[in-house]
Amino acid sequence: MAMNGGVTWRRTEKIDGFNFSPTDTAEEVHVLAVDDSLVDRKVIERLLRISSCKVTAVDSGIRALQFLGLDEEKNNDGFNDLKVDLIITDYCMPGMTGYELLKKVKESSVFREIPVVIMSSENVLARIDRCLEEGAEAFIVKPVKLSDVKRIKDYTTREFRAGEGEEKERSRKGINKRKLRDSFDDLSPSPSPSPPSILFPSPSPSPTPPQSQSPSPSLASAPSSPSPLDSPTRRLKMTISE
Amino acid sequence: MNIVNQLQRQFIDFSTSLHREGFVDDQFTQLQKLQDENSPDFVVEVVSLFFEDCEKLINNMARALEQTQGVDFKQVDASVHQLKGSSSSIGAMRVKNACIAFRSFCEAQNREGCLRCLQQVTHEYSLLKNKLQTLFTLEQQILAAGGSIPVVD
Repeated sequence: MAMNGGVTWRRTEKIDGFNFSPTDTAEEVHVLAVDDSLVDRKVIERLLRISSCKVTAVDSGIRALQFLGLDEEKNNDGFNDLKVDLIITDYCMPGMTGYELLKKVKESSVFREIPVVIMSSENVLARIDRCLEEGAEAFIVKPVKLSDVKRIKDYTTREFRAGEGEEKERSRKGINKRKLRDSFDDLSPSPSPSPPSILFPSPSPSPTPPQSQSPSPSLASAPSSPSPLDSPTRRLKMTISE
Repeated sequence: MNIVNQLQRQFIDFSTSLHREGFVDDQFTQLQKLQDENSPDFVVEVVSLFFEDCEKLINNMARALEQTQGVDFKQVDASVHQLKGSSSSIGAMRVKNACIAFRSFCEAQNREGCLRCLQQVTHEYSLLKNKLQTLFTLEQQILAAGGSIPVVD
């Protein structure tokens, strides 16, 4: 059985499909939030706590790795005994970027199955593609809103429940399209509605955690580095503009 | 109209004007909604952190722009980028927009332009500080009079 930290229980509990026990405090989603900005850390912490998550907030990728026990000094992969269920990290950070942190997490056999969400104030397609292809669960454009956090929490906890494929795919597709469509409207100056605030990779047929070869959960058919036209988000965009 | 209603009316009008004049945007409203009895001072706390951040970053920018041997525009830009990020996170729209303009001058390595932008950013920061102080004072007055703070969408 794969090691899934704090979320293993959800698989076994899925007898009738929706068996949340009333006292879920032991199974509270534990999120590791990484951001060098104190203001942003405070905001993300509040957003997560209000969404009933347990939060550990750190100010750098290095500290995040230290917290996980993945830093260079200990040469073991450790155990996920801190039971981190989700990592949410800023992209632009001095020292180690969120992208580099993502890679380190995905390289670890113990931690690679922890969903990693990237946040960035810059809506750069190439950056988004790169992150999603490296295995990021989602990409949030800052400023982060409560709806983003709720969606992420919902998405990452539901991912481990088998049998919801269709409904989940439909809702994920809906999220993708709506958010990308909004991005066209955002080309006009303020006061405009928010740009696409959250992007997920396109749904894969079976919601199993990525295997060691980690096929990119995206629309791009080529497994090797895709051309800009083949990038997951670009192809989605092109489909919508038809 | 009793005192609580008067104060609430004032609060609503003032809040509305802050939005209308672009001092704050929807993100600020989002943060206000995150405040509750478990976290009653959340907004004041975040805003204080933001203003501390502002002062620190503005000082960094000023120092970097003063360098007579040659301005390190990358360094200036890094500070502007940070300020843009945090102002966006709390919904300080005018400060954020001032930062956006600032970044193009950094990119163009235009010292004069940067200095003007720094003035603009500093100006917007102090305007906002005054406005939010007034808002928070109104909130305190409402609470002290036994009322509740209206939610302004």
